[in-house]
Amino acid sequence: MWKRDEAPKPASGQPAQPVPPPAVSGASVPRVEASHHMEKDIVNIGKSVVIKGELNGSEDLTVEGHVEGTIQLRDHVLTIGPNGRIKAQVFAKAVIVLGEVTGNVTASDKVDIRDNGSVDGDIVSPRVAIAEGAHFRGSVDMQRKGNAAAAPAAKPAEKPAASAAPPAAAVPQAAAGQRA
Amino acid sequence: MGASDWVVEDPVFATKALRKFLASLTSREAPVLLDLGPVVGSNVNFFGEQLGCKIFIEDIFANLDQHVRDQKLEELPAFLKKRLPQADGTVDAVLCWDLFDYMDKPSAQELAIQLTRVLRPGGTLLGFFATSQARDTRYTKYVIVDEVNLKHRPYDAARGRQTILLNRDIIRLFEGLRVSDSFLLQNNLREILFRKP
Repeated sequence: MWKRDEAPKPASGQPAQPVPPPAVSGASVPRVEASHHMEKDIVNIGKSVVIKGELNGSEDLTVEGHVEGTIQLRDHVLTIGPNGRIKAQVFAKAVIVLGEVTGNVTASDKVDIRDNGSVDGDIVSPRVAIAEGAHFRGSVDMQRKGNAAAAPAAKPAEKPAASAAPPAAAVPQAAAGQRA
Repeated sequence: MGASDWVVEDPVFATKALRKFLASLTSREAPVLLDLGPVVGSNVNFFGEQLGCKIFIEDIFANLDQHVRDQKLEELPAFLKKRLPQADGTVDAVLCWDLFDYMDKPSAQELAIQLTRVLRPGGTLLGFFATSQARDTRYTKYVIVDEVNLKHRPYDAARGRQTILLNRDIIRLFEGLRVSDSFLLQNNLREILFRKP
């Protein structure tokens, strides 16, 4: 999906100038000329990039720009950097939020909202970490019961589902003032 | 060691109601929990691991604070009437913490009506109520240490506790619920567990 910068490096040993990534709009799958970092299999969408549409990928991705639409990195890590602004439905193996996300986030492994990270939306993931200074508004579904329908790429639940006992009888006890 | 090197640990207090609150939910498959406090990551993990539940975080403290700062408290009851997006009878349990101590009567009444509305029959509501007036303008984040201990982590508020609710006031407030357990702790906090018949 991610077209790498394949420009030949200059013989002088100077690093090649990255191709400025274009803003992509429209509902079609965008072709992103992402700036290619030296780290293995990590692609970065820079601060000035605005993407509207659907992002699909098969490598880890860091977003520092703006994305509206849908992001799908089913087996990879999506990092929304401190400058990243996402208005999208997100599906990934793991999602790390340092910027802002508005939309639902589904991760088969983990969602990690770091200090100053912000999520407005519903999270579905077996593991969720929310730092002290993070903002979150929405719901968290940790899928202990292995709710595969919500996240098709989800691993099997790590914990066995509790035996489904019938609901406890709702027989309120008398109000008992007890000093603990 | 400089003064800034001191780390003040949050005080830990016992809780008697949390275990009962959890027990009321363990028999339910994928229960739905509504938390009216600020988001606490470790609490989300705790409930997720203990119950495998879906947790809605609806920070009413933040809404209250905003209305105080904007000097629009008279609009809070109407705001609360529309605040909770949950449908009628869809929530298994509500964590109010000590929210009601900070509210004016009209707002408290409206919120109680809305919480009763969203609770399922048999659903549980846990509230904390102070028995002595504190003059500091701080809210408390209740961080779950385990089933019987809570860390009390204070943070700044726009105003302090408004009232000390008597038992009869609390029971009147939650007219549609029944008190199933009530504990008076050594730190003078009352923990009251309600059930919806």
